[in-house]
Amino acid sequence: MTTAVKTKGRFGIYGGQYAPETLIANLNELEAAYAEAQADPDFAAELEITLREFVGRATPLYQARRLSADWGGRVFLKREDLAHTGAHKINNAVGQALLAKRIGKSRIVAETGAGQHGVATAAACARLGLECVVYMGALDCERQRPNVERMKLLGAKVVPCEAGSRNLKIAINEAIRDWISRPGDTHYLIGSVVGPHPYPTIVRDFQSVIGREARDQFIRHEGRLPDAVIACVGGGSNAMGIFAGFVDDKVELHGVEAGGTGATHAAPLNSGTPGVLHGAMQYLLQDDDGQILDTHSVAAGLDYPGVGPEHSFLKDIGRAKYHIVRDDEALAAFKELSRSEGIIPALESSHALAFAKRLLRERPGLSLIVNLSGRGDKDLPSLMERELL
Amino acid sequence: MSLDAINAAFDAAGREARKALVPFLMSGHPTPDQFARNLAEAGKYADVIEVGVPFSDPLADGPVIQAAAAEALKHGTTLASTLAAIAAREDGPPILLMLSCNQLLAHGLERVARRIVEAGASGAIVPDLPFEESTELREIFARHGLVLIAMLAPTTDAARKSAILRQAQGFAYLISVAGVTGARDAFPPETLDYIREAAQASSAPVCVGFGISKPQHVEQLREHADGFIVGSALIRAIESGGSVADVLAPLRQACDATITTGTDS
Repeated sequence: MTTAVKTKGRFGIYGGQYAPETLIANLNELEAAYAEAQADPDFAAELEITLREFVGRATPLYQARRLSADWGGRVFLKREDLAHTGAHKINNAVGQALLAKRIGKSRIVAETGAGQHGVATAAACARLGLECVVYMGALDCERQRPNVERMKLLGAKVVPCEAGSRNLKIAINEAIRDWISRPGDTHYLIGSVVGPHPYPTIVRDFQSVIGREARDQFIRHEGRLPDAVIACVGGGSNAMGIFAGFVDDKVELHGVEAGGTGATHAAPLNSGTPGVLHGAMQYLLQDDDGQILDTHSVAAGLDYPGVGPEHSFLKDIGRAKYHIVRDDEALAAFKELSRSEGIIPALESSHALAFAKRLLRERPGLSLIVNLSGRGDKDLPSLMERELL
Repeated sequence: MSLDAINAAFDAAGREARKALVPFLMSGHPTPDQFARNLAEAGKYADVIEVGVPFSDPLADGPVIQAAAAEALKHGTTLASTLAAIAAREDGPPILLMLSCNQLLAHGLERVARRIVEAGASGAIVPDLPFEESTELREIFARHGLVLIAMLAPTTDAARKSAILRQAQGFAYLISVAGVTGARDAFPPETLDYIREAAQASSAPVCVGFGISKPQHVEQLREHADGFIVGSALIRAIESGGSVADVLAPLRQACDATITTGTDS
């Protein structure tokens, strides 16, 4: 349970399958189906066509020339904001939806924080004719209103979750409860590299297309590998996706957690301790009695007290470094990219940008890839309402 | 108290040809004082008592127990305050804690086991710690004479079912239907088959939980089960100002009625 016994789905001591008994059969079924799908060339072909023709891959690797000149390095952006529905979330949503259909499930439940995973899931379900229910914290429904409307338009039912902190954590609780109640016909399409085994592996694999493309594109353009790769980390799916392409290379990996206001934050890798949440051992923000703490970030998609087990492992072995960027720094980067490159980034991705700027200030001249995990249109109404723009 | 106390409770029920009644109370709910009084009161009807230690993010609990946990946390309820309330009890049936895996990990498994023994409780039920992940805790509990209750769901496949039931001690907790905790109207016929099969395969007694709220449920399922766990219905009664006795007295009667006399409505 801690270190003595290693069960399946472990990254070092992290991960595992801390799920209620009712769900174990589903998790085993999913694990088996995924292994079969991986061995099936037809599945790979269908996924590839979907990624190309529905998602619009490959997404470009864009050289941000004005930003590079201002910041003093070579900055490349992996343009996941240009993927269908506006974020990297679609890569995993279409992959898991195809998998669910293969298993014979007719109904999909999902959680969403910023709404990007909810929109991606709703789109993937519409395309495959699957019923879709998205749980979203009531606070997030308010601050990501445009995404709620998009999900409804795509035919999904959006359920606002009123309990507790009314954010991503609560939405995951509710989605899991839904799944426990209808394990027969329902697949839980989790949106990040969190949850019980096999989810952290499946989601990483579906997101690893980001890293594979980025590596090829960078080498083609620059004739070498980048010095560092930077991505924001909430649950950590866009980061695992891009890290996967470089983890075996001599390339620095930097994850960026949400520093919130400083006093309140969402940075478990920097300030947390190992524990179990939502089915996996991972770094967590918790008190001495094991209660999960409330978090704060201006970016709904980073507002989560836990983090993927593989990130927890990469931190412990020192393969990736994890940093903190506060709300105000992220907002400054949000505006800076908009004005200097004509690209409005998601508030989540803005955390990664802000860290890139900091890194180049400390070590000028580096060649960097920043994973621009999503676009920021969704954030405008809420930012304007709060007079943060 | 210990595993032995749980075994003794089921032995006594078996000798007297009645079903065990296992009520669930949430520590610190509706207030710490009222919980202590309810714990004493429930002792008059129960063979074993489950005491929930409130958790901020329970996965297997329905809205009723979830709300009770949130309320209890507002009153400052902790594992320590729960164990203190249990230790302060004068007498009563054996107690099992119900809590989430992270609450055990936060204190350290070995230390938690010692404190459970010191408080006089008998072990724990940990709904998010399935069989495969529970080896270490089972070993530590066994060294302290405590029991970790095994759980079975209708979705559990045959191979796992026999592995789980083979090591079950105290009793096996049969989750009645796929779903979270919460009261239900009646049980589908496959629930009866599931209980019958589990009871035949288990060397330990089997208790049915999730959705047990009234005597009719006990009557419907009593043929093969050794005991019944009642949670949400009791919590809801407490929430609306009712007494523990209102819910438990009729269930006690239904559990005591022998099979030959049939229903006692």
